[in-house]
Amino acid sequence: MAQQNEAVGLVTAEAGSVSSRAAGGAGFDHRQEQRLRNKHTWRHALRRDWRIYTFMVVPVIFLLVFRYAPMFGNIIAFRRFRPGGSPIGESWVGLHYFEMFIHNAQFWSVFWNTVILGGLWLIIGFPLPIILALLLNEVRSRKFKRTVQTLTYLPHFLSIVIVAGIVFQLTAVNGSINQLLGFFGIDAIPFMQDPAYFRAIYIVSEAWQTVGWGTILYLAALTTIDEQLYEAARIDGANRWKQTWHITLPGIRPTIMVLLILNIGSFMAVGFEKVLLLQNPLIYSTGDVITTYLFRVGVQSGQYSYATAIGLFEAVIGLVLVLSANFTSRRLVGSSLW
Amino acid sequence: MVTDFDAAPDIAGVRSSLTQVKDTTGTKVFRALNTVFLTLLTLVTIYPFVNLVAKSFSSEGAIAAAKVNLWPVGFNTTTFTAVISDSMFWINYKNTVVYTVVGTLIAMAITTTFAYAISRPNLRGRGFFVGLAVFTMFFGGGLIPNYILVTQWLGMRNTIWAMVLPGALSVFNLLVMKSFFENFPAELEEAAAIDGLSSYGIFFKIVVPLSKAVMATMTLFYAVGLWNSWFGAFLYLDDKTKFPVMMYLRNLIAAATGSQDVTGSATDAVQIGANIQSVTMLLTVLPIICVYPFVQKYFVSGVMLGSVKG
Repeated sequence: MAQQNEAVGLVTAEAGSVSSRAAGGAGFDHRQEQRLRNKHTWRHALRRDWRIYTFMVVPVIFLLVFRYAPMFGNIIAFRRFRPGGSPIGESWVGLHYFEMFIHNAQFWSVFWNTVILGGLWLIIGFPLPIILALLLNEVRSRKFKRTVQTLTYLPHFLSIVIVAGIVFQLTAVNGSINQLLGFFGIDAIPFMQDPAYFRAIYIVSEAWQTVGWGTILYLAALTTIDEQLYEAARIDGANRWKQTWHITLPGIRPTIMVLLILNIGSFMAVGFEKVLLLQNPLIYSTGDVITTYLFRVGVQSGQYSYATAIGLFEAVIGLVLVLSANFTSRRLVGSSLW
Repeated sequence: MVTDFDAAPDIAGVRSSLTQVKDTTGTKVFRALNTVFLTLLTLVTIYPFVNLVAKSFSSEGAIAAAKVNLWPVGFNTTTFTAVISDSMFWINYKNTVVYTVVGTLIAMAITTTFAYAISRPNLRGRGFFVGLAVFTMFFGGGLIPNYILVTQWLGMRNTIWAMVLPGALSVFNLLVMKSFFENFPAELEEAAAIDGLSSYGIFFKIVVPLSKAVMATMTLFYAVGLWNSWFGAFLYLDDKTKFPVMMYLRNLIAAATGSQDVTGSATDAVQIGANIQSVTMLLTVLPIICVYPFVQKYFVSGVMLGSVKG
């Protein structure tokens, strides 16, 4: 490589007209050589590692069938689809279905519900595990710490069906929350039938299920912070709050940023299954989100192409969000997913 | 830290005097408040479970009168007998066990072999295959194309395959296993290769037996996910005898809360529902709660492994 460059440089110095041809020739030879080497090494790699490649046959087929085929199936967002007909639709209709939902007031209602619910969760739900991890980190008694961890991790392992069942019971007219309100002389509130409470119920139940488990990665990151930094800070007279602000938080910043990027990416896909289980027509005005709406119009009413167009719109927003969050984070704080 | 204190008491003395200087009343108050707060948080977290147990042993009347809280009121176990003697409950419970076992086996086979292959540092095309998997984390086909794929292209409606195949590979689990295999001591594999073992031999005789901990963790992740899943059944199954138990529970809850919506008030039927619901929830969640204390550390280590490579 170095030799070749040198040669080209020499030719260039001698005469312009010759140099271009020579350089071009050298480049061609080089490329051809590269291609040959590629071919050779692929053959070589297959001969050497064919057993390893056989390990990938089933997983790659799985990915192509169950992940990439549905991606390709999004094509029906641009085509007329007849249930029972061709799986990729009958004829092109362009952006017809996209125009349909963009001009649909109900779509915008569920769109804003999704943005509000996702945004509330990001603002309230995302910092909670960080705060809990910081508090757990201050605990001296190991036994106490482990007990708190064990018990707060538990809800993470419950089925969403059970979580929804628990929510229904606690918010029922005779449930625990209304018992507590009754204790203060407040009349029972039918929480699940009033759209005003849906968002709060969603956020609180989501926090209940995820906050404990969410601390694990932060607690792991906290153990990597050098103890000497704290000692130095204490000698310099930094109080607990200043130590947290100037040592602890910067120490776990990469973890925070990675999780934030991932959360921003799934922002539009708000706990679909839970919303589906919790909602009922009385509370659609706050409790209906994009995914539940497209589930209803798609699977239940059979408007496949229309629902696919909405799903594709949402997926593209998700992808754009995660890419831009990743880009911004890499530029601003230097931590990113890739 | 502890060993430091033990081994060098004089240094420990200096160190603790340095730190103890700052143990002001403010710090003490903070510690006390922190303990109180964390205790309250833990109590709030487990309250719903306690309430669930209390309700499942209470009489319908007591639940309706909003008397049930921490302790059963109007103790009864007849609902347990009623739920346990419902044959559909057991058919669906058995389905859940079958789906969980078969689904976990398939998922583990796919995840382990794929993770091992893409963890080989010198494998040609490695980056491409990793990218093929990782891209699916951020972009997917969406609900409707998946539904059409499973029901129309593959014709899996009302079959076990619709329950166990679509979720058979979690990319997160794949990356965790990949990073585990990458940190596997290369010398062992080299020695095995010199002894004449092929890649298959190395994988099945050396790598798998020495990866029991990480494989146990991944197995638990998949098994819990499959045990808890209901939406696949909701989408792809019409046949009640094929439902997993979560679907049985979902329909029970939907029926009870649905009647509440229609009437707009608490009727007797709903209260009976509340008691039956509690019992059914308790019975479906029991395996997880029983196993959880023993396997918790595997779950935690699994997440930690994942954080190594992000």
